[in-house]
Amino acid sequence: MHPAFSVIFLTTLIGVGQGLFLALFTGQSYAAAQFLPAQNGTGFFAMGSLIALLFLIGGLISSIFHLGHPERAWRAATKWRTSWLSREVLALPVVMFFVFVYGLMHYMNWDMVIFVTSTGVKFNLSLLVGAVGAAAVFILFLCTAMIYAAIKFLQEWSNPLTIVNYILLGTASGFTLAAAFSSYTAPDLIRFFSVWAIIITVMAFVSRSASLIRNARIKYKSSIQTAIGVRHNQIVQNAQGAMGGSYNTREYFHGKTAIFLKSIKWLFMMLVFPVPIILLSSGMDDNNGAVLLAAFMVQYVGLLAERWFFFAQANHPQNIYYQTV
Amino acid sequence: MSQLALVIDLNVCVGCSACVTSCKEWNTSGPAGFMSDDNPYGKEPTGTFFNRVQTYEVGCFPNTETIHFPKSCLHCEDAPCVPVCPTGASYKREEDGIVLVDYDKCIGCKYCSWACPYGAREFDEHQKVMKKCTLCVDRIYDQSLPETERKPACVLSCPTSARLFGDVEDPESEVSVAIREEGGYQLMPEWGTKPSNHYLPRRKTRLHIHEDELVRADNPLKKEERQPSAPVDEPTLDDSTSW
Repeated sequence: MHPAFSVIFLTTLIGVGQGLFLALFTGQSYAAAQFLPAQNGTGFFAMGSLIALLFLIGGLISSIFHLGHPERAWRAATKWRTSWLSREVLALPVVMFFVFVYGLMHYMNWDMVIFVTSTGVKFNLSLLVGAVGAAAVFILFLCTAMIYAAIKFLQEWSNPLTIVNYILLGTASGFTLAAAFSSYTAPDLIRFFSVWAIIITVMAFVSRSASLIRNARIKYKSSIQTAIGVRHNQIVQNAQGAMGGSYNTREYFHGKTAIFLKSIKWLFMMLVFPVPIILLSSGMDDNNGAVLLAAFMVQYVGLLAERWFFFAQANHPQNIYYQTV
Repeated sequence: MSQLALVIDLNVCVGCSACVTSCKEWNTSGPAGFMSDDNPYGKEPTGTFFNRVQTYEVGCFPNTETIHFPKSCLHCEDAPCVPVCPTGASYKREEDGIVLVDYDKCIGCKYCSWACPYGAREFDEHQKVMKKCTLCVDRIYDQSLPETERKPACVLSCPTSARLFGDVEDPESEVSVAIREEGGYQLMPEWGTKPSNHYLPRRKTRLHIHEDELVRADNPLKKEERQPSAPVDEPTLDDSTSW
């Protein structure tokens, strides 16, 4: 497939926003259970929610550039019964709504205690809103990933690892950002977020590597023989019905060399996993916000490369009909 | 229920592209608006087409065969492009099974084209909507045309009659009989899309002459000459039998 930068930015930006919100909610849950010191509502949670919201809005804006007719985008909410894309279009504003309400509750200090356990653990209303928001975040991850995983003949995408990768990569980048954010706003939580960021990044490394290994040994179901229905081992295409290219030759081919593709693969394997882990572990040891911020920025650039590769690697069966590109 | 479809006979197609040009001519002048071209007379011409003829060479010289392969939307019975559309712009008509795009609802997200394994959909770079073969839906029901002309433009223009049009759900239709009796097949059956358009394979007409047929095996003399007449002094069958 030809990687579209609008979709690359959409999926990576909302991944960061979703992951950051999950990090904030995880921090608050740990604080409620008294594993972590409680944080300032305005300075930490409201500010963090605002940053998460900005990432989600950034993703939404970049998605507009993918559409031929963005003025009709509201129609995309109608077919949620069958289309994962439509479900994503619905889930994204729901997540944005919960992130907004969650931040607003902390900012305005609307945070009554709704339930106290016998051991003295307090459950605040914001925790409940956060839990619902976290569920919405996972639904959004699922919708985004299923857009790709649901196309069964794109065999690189059509497997459960796609969903795991979207969840883990988005969450990892969000926790890395949370580590950098906490170094400026809540130094008590640097170690907490950094360690979680490292753990999730390692998990993402395992699942992304697994999908790379799987994709390297795919046996394609379609062949030139099934595509034109002629049983012969030697079939060569002489003409493809277009002289100067067509939508079919532009949309489904990345147009780069195999070496370029391979370089991008190794680039993202370095930038998304080992480099941020090293930066995170050194940054959390000496509470260095700049290093933690660098960890996030490196990982985000790596995720852009990862998403580019994700699209470029997918081999659409229609390419069989366009072999003389 | 009916399912309109094309049957394309690869045994007959000569790759003249008359179907391509007549399709473009009819549909670019149609009520849905033009099918845009860029750089039509320049170095890299490109444009939107519903139908393209591709050419393949099968085999190794000297045993090669050229196959001209027209490809357009197959109007799948289980069309994967339809459920993925987030707006409902892509739909399959209940009454005749034609897969269509509502150009007023399409947001141009291109997701349907990703979900078509055949690459049958093309994005119009100027109107910014997804386009595809309509089976000339604006023509096949047009009561102002004589009944023989109520067929897709590609079918009417084909000089070798390689394209048949009809209802594949009706077992007695011309297309169903052709599929059944001439070995019609579907493209990429492995994805379960159940394409309605079928292709008829190349069929070789061979004359089988056995050696027996070159030499008359029933000739007792083993050579061709007049049959010997019966001896005149003996009774013949005619003497004992009245026929």
